[in-house]
Amino acid sequence: MSSQPPPLLEIEDLRVEFATDDGIVHAVDGVSYQVERGQTLGIVGESGSGKSVGAGTILGLTRASNASISGRILFEGRDLVAMPAHELRRVRGSEISMIFQDPLSSLHPFYRVGHQLVEAIRVHRDVTKAAARERVVELLGLVGIPDPKRRIDDYPHELSGGMRQRAMIAMALANEPKLLVADEPTTALDVTVQAQILGLMERLQRELGMAIILITHDLGVVAEMADDIAVMYAGRIVEVGPTLALFDAPQHPYTWGLLKSIPSLEHDPGDELIPIPGRPPSLIHRPTGCHFHPRCAYAQPAHARTDPSLAPVAGQPAHRVACLLDERARRAAWAALEAGEAPAASAALSTAEDGPG
Amino acid sequence: MGRYIIRRLLWALVLLVLVIALTFAIFYLLPSADPAQLRAGRNATAQNIADIRHNLGLDKPVYVQFWDYLKAVVLHFDLGYSYQSDASVKSLILDRLPATVSLAAGAIVIWMLVGIPVGVISAVRRRSLLDRAAMTVALIGVSVPVFWLGLVLLYLFAADIGKFPLLPGANTYVPLTSDPVKWLTSLIMPWFVLAASSAAVYARLLRGSLIETMQEDYIRTARAKGLLERTVVMRHGLRSALTPLVTVMGLDIGVLLGGALLTETVFNVPGIGRLNYEAIVHSDYPIIQGTVLVAAIFIILANIAVDIVYAFLDPRVRYS
Repeated sequence: MSSQPPPLLEIEDLRVEFATDDGIVHAVDGVSYQVERGQTLGIVGESGSGKSVGAGTILGLTRASNASISGRILFEGRDLVAMPAHELRRVRGSEISMIFQDPLSSLHPFYRVGHQLVEAIRVHRDVTKAAARERVVELLGLVGIPDPKRRIDDYPHELSGGMRQRAMIAMALANEPKLLVADEPTTALDVTVQAQILGLMERLQRELGMAIILITHDLGVVAEMADDIAVMYAGRIVEVGPTLALFDAPQHPYTWGLLKSIPSLEHDPGDELIPIPGRPPSLIHRPTGCHFHPRCAYAQPAHARTDPSLAPVAGQPAHRVACLLDERARRAAWAALEAGEAPAASAALSTAEDGPG
Repeated sequence: MGRYIIRRLLWALVLLVLVIALTFAIFYLLPSADPAQLRAGRNATAQNIADIRHNLGLDKPVYVQFWDYLKAVVLHFDLGYSYQSDASVKSLILDRLPATVSLAAGAIVIWMLVGIPVGVISAVRRRSLLDRAAMTVALIGVSVPVFWLGLVLLYLFAADIGKFPLLPGANTYVPLTSDPVKWLTSLIMPWFVLAASSAAVYARLLRGSLIETMQEDYIRTARAKGLLERTVVMRHGLRSALTPLVTVMGLDIGVLLGGALLTETVFNVPGIGRLNYEAIVHSDYPIIQGTVLVAAIFIILANIAVDIVYAFLDPRVRYS
């Protein structure tokens, strides 16, 4: 352990809370993860799971008078949580960049795309406008925008959705960041464009060697790109592990729900998709015990009292899960789901196996 | 863009004819005294009055009167003659216009210089003591009647009757061309009175607009780029937040150029508002018609200007 260089990004027990008129919103509740240089971490969860707030907090975008942020975000050893705003500003857009879900609303409607990119370069680098403009043309070409010399003077509304997101990516890459945080970068785009944007991000990652945190609600999106995946629910990570392990032997009933609720080509067309029942919990009044228990087909009465913590799956230290079911029960339940049984049927099975303690 | 402007101008012409018709109808239908009698003076005979009526064309059918009026306005900008002084309404208005423009221009400068910074600071330091104090003052500014504020200022600062005689009081206006210093000092109090409520309205409007803008996704992008917070607010936030103010300002400029009746009356500034007030007191219809028409022209022109400025401010308007 000690011989290894420290990871690029190391988040320890991050908590983000917002005081609102309705009560305290526990948006991120004790999240820890690491991202190595040049690697991709996928963060998956429904809307309201805290994944976007957590990502924004890396860049200090959630700092507000009603926000309380604790824990550590170590970026190359520097704690971004404790960093004063004027120092953090120099990290933003230069060492860590971010792209967002809706590229139309994320670009300023009144300024030309080129102007917005030039601004991103010149805020961190002491270069002339002309030199920055040249670099912008180069960047727009790099992200696959045709005829960048002409497109540079377009307004955001004159570009297509895919082109806008490419422009956002170009802006994020302007200063060759070590980490790119991509918050639902393809959600607002057509399916064919989604694949292009993901392909572009993969190519750029290979060429530039940056690490990526890819936030999405869609496991299909991260499956191909991510080295590791963290599944978030109600402000916490409920399962984290290498992508292959997570797809091969998912451990958490919520992960099963995510996997079974997306259509895939491997599925028999006759198979039904199984939605996750219920709705994401309120982050103000969270369920007791395991936060997922009200929606879990396998929940036991005791699960409403005990709060599970992340623990490694037997024999796989990198694959960890926060679930109160014992491992045999989980394996049997997943096998049953894979065999096409409905969750309710396998729930009975898990009840039988769930002994005292 | 060109087509858009032409369409706006044509529509403005239609509006103007409607305004002319409306003012004509109102003053024809609601006379408070017989204009011919007003013109004739105290000891006029019935024959005198009938002659005057004939000379003024008041014995013709109403549609002929309207047609004559419309023709004169459109062809020569001839607004008729004052019943009271026999002077041409056009020259009366043109004489009074410089005072009104002086008053309006200074007030606009003051309320922008006060309203915009206060609005920005209040929005950025939302819920702070500064914000609350500024918004309380703004609420007072909006609520205080103009004539009351004017009288209080005169009572406090006017050179003739004031407790602290610092500034020239009422009735001291001189044209800019004859004495710039006196012009300036005589207008300071009227400017502030006229600017007070608008500065407050603009500060509140901008505060709300900027608070909303600062929630936009592109503000988050600007921050994520690493821009200074000052740049984020001024270049990305304010740029968008100011556009709703342009709409209001266009209207306000139009209204002000039509005469600030209350302020001009309290400070006895010889502007269009004052002219209008005197005309109302004396039932001098041609002047009232003329001033209303001029005010309407200013408002319509200001609205067209707003539409064009808007297209320049927001590129999305330009192409749609």
